[in-house]
Amino acid sequence: MSLFATFNSIAFVIIMMIGLYTLIARQNLVKKTLGLGLFQTGIFLMYITLGVRDGGSAPILQEGADLAYSNPLPHVLILTAIVVSLSTMAVALALIIGVREEYGTIEADEIATIDRAEAKEDHEA
Amino acid sequence: MSDPVLLINVILLVIAVVAAIAAMWTRDLLGAVMLMGIYSLLLAVEWANLFAMDVSYTEAAVGAGAATILLLTALTRTGTREKAGPNFHPTALLTVIVTGALLIYGTADMPRFGDPQAPATVNVAPEYIAQNVGKVDAGEDGPENDFGDHVPNAVTAVLASYRGYDTMFETAVIFTAGVCVILILRPLSPSARRETAQSQEGA
Repeated sequence: MSLFATFNSIAFVIIMMIGLYTLIARQNLVKKTLGLGLFQTGIFLMYITLGVRDGGSAPILQEGADLAYSNPLPHVLILTAIVVSLSTMAVALALIIGVREEYGTIEADEIATIDRAEAKEDHEA
Repeated sequence: MSDPVLLINVILLVIAVVAAIAAMWTRDLLGAVMLMGIYSLLLAVEWANLFAMDVSYTEAAVGAGAATILLLTALTRTGTREKAGPNFHPTALLTVIVTGALLIYGTADMPRFGDPQAPATVNVAPEYIAQNVGKVDAGEDGPENDFGDHVPNAVTAVLASYRGYDTMFETAVIFTAGVCVILILRPLSPSARRETAQSQEGA
């Protein structure tokens, strides 16, 4: 019982860490963006879990009913966060397309190699 | 385990974590985007299960819908294959294990799932629900409805009134992001291209 009662606290850390691992271990920029999105949804899970109450109901008030309404504040914060995460992803993808046009690749290690080669050429010239 | 909310919550999260691992594991970016769409849809069901209806709609529309379309559009310009490489990255694994252990250690004193005595539940939440922040008095001549002219959805009420600036500047964030995307993706005008070429020749 106690494992399930604290299951979400473990689950959000696991989801965040899957995203963090991808951010560090993978070189592909689109895959890094996906990892960042995963990291953000882990945080959403933590917030929404905090608003839940036993025998609860959605925070939509009903006349004359004494219900255990969920906390509406985390829902409001996460609504904003979802839209902001979409905005950051859009800008990131636009930058990745720009990188692809400039370098012809979206792998971070290949881009670093090209940069180093160019810097060396400039230094010799 | 008698609480169906908790049981469904655990099942959905296990499936979601499997979908997330599969999305991060695959080297096919198109497959990864599709799996992230599945993951988002599972989360939308999970939010509905946790009584966060507004978040559920937004996740289904924005996370599973708009984000997937954005990613697919980007993939048409970048290609769908990820370069093959080692799946095992010792530094990343070490970082993730240390960070994860610290976070789990930090969650040890968090309230249990659905605890009615949790600080988040007992402090401000009853105020929001009792006052129904943002209630609008339509006046004596206003329309009559079952809710006494108040906004019945507490999320709408808090979003529009108590956190109104938050919502307003959220639109500013979207606008800025849109302007950024246009400026980055816009092709250079012929005169700007000539200038760039000239400066490169000069150097």
